[in-house]
Amino acid sequence: MELNGAEIVVQCLRDEGVEYVFGYPGGAVLHIYDALFQQQEVHHILVRHEQAATHAADGYARATGKPGVALVTSGPGATNAVTGIATAYMDSIPMVVLTGQVATPFIGSDAFQEVDTVGITRPCVKHNFLIKDVRDIAETIKKAFYIATSGRPGPVVVDIPKDVTDPAIRIPYEYPKKVEMRSYNPVTKGHSGQIKKAMELILKAERPVFYTGGGVVTGDASKPLIDLVRETGFPITSTLMGLGAFPASDKQFLGMLGMHGTYEANMAMHETDVLIAVGSRFDDRVTGKIALFCPNATIIHIDIDPSSISKNVRVDVPIVGPVKQVLRDMAKLAQEHKADINTTAIKHWWERIEKWRAVDCLRYDRSAEVIKPQYAVEMLHKVTKGDAYITSDVGQHQMFAAQFYPFEKPRRWINSGGLGTMGFGLPSAMGVKFAYPKADVAVVTGEGSIQMCIQELATCKQYELPLKIVLLNNGYLGMVRQWQEFFYSGRYSHSYVDSLPDFVKLAESFGHVGMHVTRPGDLEAAYEEAFAMKDRLVFMDIKIDPEENVYPMIEAGKGHHEMYMSPQLSAERELA
Amino acid sequence: MRHIISLLMENEAGALSRVAGLFSARGYNIESLTVAPTEDPTLSRMTLVTRGSDAVIEQITKQLNKLIDVVKLVDLSEGKHIERELMLIKVRAEKTYRDEVKRLADIFRGNIIDVTDTSFIIEMTGDCDKLDAFIKAIHPDMVVEVVRSGALGIARGDKGLNL
Ligand SMILES: Cc1ncc(C[n+]2csc(CCOP(=O)(O)OP(=O)(O)O)c2C)c(N)n1
Ligand SMILES: [Mg+2]
Repeated sequence: MELNGAEIVVQCLRDEGVEYVFGYPGGAVLHIYDALFQQQEVHHILVRHEQAATHAADGYARATGKPGVALVTSGPGATNAVTGIATAYMDSIPMVVLTGQVATPFIGSDAFQEVDTVGITRPCVKHNFLIKDVRDIAETIKKAFYIATSGRPGPVVVDIPKDVTDPAIRIPYEYPKKVEMRSYNPVTKGHSGQIKKAMELILKAERPVFYTGGGVVTGDASKPLIDLVRETGFPITSTLMGLGAFPASDKQFLGMLGMHGTYEANMAMHETDVLIAVGSRFDDRVTGKIALFCPNATIIHIDIDPSSISKNVRVDVPIVGPVKQVLRDMAKLAQEHKADINTTAIKHWWERIEKWRAVDCLRYDRSAEVIKPQYAVEMLHKVTKGDAYITSDVGQHQMFAAQFYPFEKPRRWINSGGLGTMGFGLPSAMGVKFAYPKADVAVVTGEGSIQMCIQELATCKQYELPLKIVLLNNGYLGMVRQWQEFFYSGRYSHSYVDSLPDFVKLAESFGHVGMHVTRPGDLEAAYEEAFAMKDRLVFMDIKIDPEENVYPMIEAGKGHHEMYMSPQLSAERELA
Repeated sequence: MRHIISLLMENEAGALSRVAGLFSARGYNIESLTVAPTEDPTLSRMTLVTRGSDAVIEQITKQLNKLIDVVKLVDLSEGKHIERELMLIKVRAEKTYRDEVKRLADIFRGNIIDVTDTSFIIEMTGDCDKLDAFIKAIHPDMVVEVVRSGALGIARGDKGLNL
């Protein structure tokens, strides 16, 4: 089969099984767009900003586990995409981003819409390529998908100069069946000796805790994790990124840990003697002050990426390998040696944990007058029966969603944990909705965040994506305001968002349904109504308590035991 | 501690900037870095001198290994190895000082490879300390220009850093 470069690009995507490409055209990719136009298999989704193309591809990848694909033009197209690439990089999301580039003879001449895309994206990709010859396209794209999806996944950028896709140059095409790279061989199996060592620690443990992260979700290891945790009877806590990998309703689940984690999770971390870290990377929002982190623990760490091991916290028993296989092996061992688990100690441990749990740290003031954000999320959970895909932006609303929407399954909770990218929620939800058209997909967002990619409401109209936008509108850049209240004596420097649009009218002008909700009593019915509109995007502008804060909280640089609670809870405990 | 690390990398455009970028992005110290193709034209070999605590060096080697273009890596400091650096140094060499410079160069086994009425260029190889010592031995006012290659390293014994 003879094809030109542009056709080869598209054919590679077809051969790779790509369903959707999220993109935006421009000069350098016109040949590719022309090739896209002449086929039906690969569906191109026209976004309204390249940042959204990358977030949508990212959301698709997070929800499905398959690589997301974006296509943007050179120069500003590529620079607009960078935020989304960095977002995916920080959370290890498989993604292939095709960027147009000026024709090879012009590279380096400051040509129109030229930027050094490979240079700009280098620090925020797993790898990137500049294709200089039409004959290299197929192999490079194959490599890009292989690298993006194997080992610790991540985004790969493929920069394609315009002359490489020249329609006049046709060459024989064949998509490589597989690639071998002598320089890249991700680990496929965890060391059995290390697994055994870990198991010995687990059997001796008196106050163990599992601390699991996004790697369990990306590594599709939820099932063996559940097996292992149930087999051992140990408590488990999860990072923001790992939520859903273990069912939140399970008794053994202590909730999220870290800066806005639960009292029981953080206290268990502080007191544990054997910490079993799985696909988690000891991020500073999780560890708090390193010197105070798990002071009494021997640490086991399972991760596919050797550079994650002992990066921030020294680990005693590292196991480098795919979490799925390692957990499977461990679950089997745990089953065989179940009788050797120190059940008496574990029983005592649970008694202590239950005392911490009884504090009920997430309790909040229910009000009949004003909608509390916590209540808004709880109601969302109720109405969606806990079975929706929830994407979110960044801020207080994100933390409330993480705390009050208990996720039972992996890949349901989709948010930018590592980079913390405001503007992620709406476009990523588009990607999810394309993947699962029948599922309920809700965006829990803030009035600050939603405005960062609000233009995507047009994309949602064009493709009839019936998302539900749950705007927890506090009129503040709430998370910023909270820090200013706590750490800057209430000097609210530029955290008040003046001149908000009428979101209902705004949604309507894009052709969607808008709703104002202001009273707690109306909330449930409003959700019911919104979710009943199966084929409409509903934008719910929910006026919430403007000054609610996220609790508990560990101040940056403090230890897990130095959490503070909501004022109400603190007062009650003082009395008691 | 000072470490000397050898890398075999795919001989691709941009491979060098991936390494350099890694060091600046993660705030690692880089003392010298040399790179050139090898007998296998698809590979280039890099020698990198860095300093850091054990934990930092461990991260450096892991992060380098993580780069897709890096084929093989060895921390030469972990075993017996040989280090050499090439220096070209231009020194003022006038009248009485000419002989002294020549004598010094001889002691350090340097070769004078360019001569004018007022200057010499001396070529010298050795480990970094030796080159430092030579520069120290010459009066600072007499040094016109120094150019150094950065260290090259190779492990002792019959084993090679091959694929
Ligand atoms: C692109 C980007 N810019 C700035 C920030 C810093 N930031 C974190 S949370 C936040 C406030 C978000 O406000 P809003 O979306 O209204 O959410 P709220 O906290 O009020 O729920 C800001 C500005 C960020 N995370 N991302
Ligand atoms: Mg807000």
